[in-house]
Amino acid sequence: MADPVRIALVYPTVLGTYGDGGNATVLTQRLRWRGIDAETIDVGIDHSVPEQADLYVLGGGEDSAQTLAVNRLGDGALNRAVDAGKTVFAVCAGFQILGETFLDGAGAVHPGLGLIDCRTDRLDGPRAVGELLGDSALDGVGTVTGYENHGGRTVLGPDATPFATVRSGIGNGDAAGDGAIQGNVVATYLHGPALARNPELADALLRRVVGELDPLDDAEELELRRERFAAITRAKVTRWRRQWRPPARQ
Amino acid sequence: MTSTRYALARTAGSLAAGLSRRTGRGDGTTVGGRITLALDPTALEHAAGGRDFAIVSGTNGKSTTRTFLTAALLTRGPVVSNAGGANLPTGLTAALTRDRTARIGVLEVDEPFVPIVSEAVHPRVAVLLNLSRDQLDRYAEVRRLAGIWRDALSRPEAPVAVANCDDPLVVWAASAAATTVWVSAGQRWANDTAVCPACGGVITRDGADWSSDCGLRRPTPTWTVEGTQVTDPDGTRHQVTLAIPGDVNVGNAAMAAAAAALWDVTPADAFTAMTLIDEVEGRYLRTSFAGVPVRLLLAKNPAGWVEALSMVPDHEVGVVIAVNARPADGRDPSWLWDVGFEVLRGRVAVATGERSRDVAVRLRYADVDHTRVDDEAAALRAATKVGPVEVLANYTAFQTYRRVVGDG
Repeated sequence: MADPVRIALVYPTVLGTYGDGGNATVLTQRLRWRGIDAETIDVGIDHSVPEQADLYVLGGGEDSAQTLAVNRLGDGALNRAVDAGKTVFAVCAGFQILGETFLDGAGAVHPGLGLIDCRTDRLDGPRAVGELLGDSALDGVGTVTGYENHGGRTVLGPDATPFATVRSGIGNGDAAGDGAIQGNVVATYLHGPALARNPELADALLRRVVGELDPLDDAEELELRRERFAAITRAKVTRWRRQWRPPARQ
Repeated sequence: MTSTRYALARTAGSLAAGLSRRTGRGDGTTVGGRITLALDPTALEHAAGGRDFAIVSGTNGKSTTRTFLTAALLTRGPVVSNAGGANLPTGLTAALTRDRTARIGVLEVDEPFVPIVSEAVHPRVAVLLNLSRDQLDRYAEVRRLAGIWRDALSRPEAPVAVANCDDPLVVWAASAAATTVWVSAGQRWANDTAVCPACGGVITRDGADWSSDCGLRRPTPTWTVEGTQVTDPDGTRHQVTLAIPGDVNVGNAAMAAAAAALWDVTPADAFTAMTLIDEVEGRYLRTSFAGVPVRLLLAKNPAGWVEALSMVPDHEVGVVIAVNARPADGRDPSWLWDVGFEVLRGRVAVATGERSRDVAVRLRYADVDHTRVDDEAAALRAATKVGPVEVLANYTAFQTYRRVVGDG
């Protein structure tokens, strides 16, 4: 029997504040339901990231946790995995620390892992909190939905391309993009978790690891997506109504 | 020494509250308090009127601990409390203007409002239960809340802190107080305290003990909780047999007893008073629906859900999972994935509430058999087909279920 597909959930106790650990659950289950042996490896903060995993998942976290995580990852294990062609999916703080630089809790510029050509500083306006909707640049993924909750503005360099074009919400806060794609590294600001709300994205990542996949019945996910799309439309209509003022009398 | 302005503000607030009650819009607590505070921003301080207060705060267990402490202090005389759980300054102002005679007050306070309320009512004691992720769309970071508490407790004339030594965030905050009483109230949810709030390093755990390289470590408790036994500072062991479920509530009872001791209530008297509490504003309420026993459990955040799921029995029961995502609940239900719903495998769950679709997807990936029913009453009826029902609901969904079963 083949070895199980190993999904490494990187430092969930510090990069798991916004439910993003669910991404590893989704990936593992979608393989198992197709009869492919798979397991999630929870990587503890006092351990190095295993280099022999097949797919690495990073989530969001608080500022101090983000710095702790990037300092641990400074041992180069994740960079070596990426060099070996492994796939990485990173969300929010997990996305920011893969870039060239980000801001730590004290607002100082901190070096990232340099796996994505991007730099993160602060959004000009208030924190970006709310539903985020976009169209993914990844083949076959289509519309992506989730919830963003961050204060970072991420500007991509020439080696990275946006993961999605934002239709509603803030995303990177730059050039109407959300997240980044650079080689085998895919990153986004979407929580929800992203892979529960967007099963096509989960399968796009899995295909990079195991090749073609049998279809699954995703009726419940599709129902959730339809409901979220409708909620965004409802919220827009409410905003328009609130902003509408009768024309001033002459 | 009541000022004219405060008297007017109080009257206007209670008129508005009465109007709100009579027109069936609500119990009037919030609107009344809001009007009073708008007319006189110092109304909370006036309403406090130099009385003797305990405040209770924390992510989970505020209402239960407030109820326990109130029961214990009633052995000393009348107690005013924000029963109903309206725990923002508006609700507190309304509660204190309604009852102006009781000399002792027990107030549960929403976590970020601890400094404002402390400044206004000058409590004798602050009971600090725990801090974990909740409503992240509003508060973003848990550590920030701990910092707010720490600042409040380092002010001169800050209250005595009765604090949970098992929660590193609480310890960091409470160690700023001049006087602290440590209670080992337990911490089942450690996922927000992997990182030291003081230095940003790793917190190392060894059984119940924990420490950080910077020197922050678990203080030695003077009140110790082991299972259903509480050991008081004199070394006397008390068997605490509560009428409400959950190990976590023995910890809450110990916190309340430690606070009540500051009013010279003996631990034995305090625990006796607490064992009579069999529900807390609908939480843990045992009732029936369509002739089948039903119990209501409130869970507002991952830590609360972990506790609530541990109270669901193993045998044949129907389980209703009801989740909304209104502002009071937090707008983002991503936290559903922080909760190990896998423990429900082998049982039948009904997903309902405004975010029932998120719940259904979560249960799918947890391999839990489930259906999804939009209407809350219909969902409960569907679950009664299985057997006695445990309803687990988050904040606003819980209020819906209190109406469904005809309580409140």
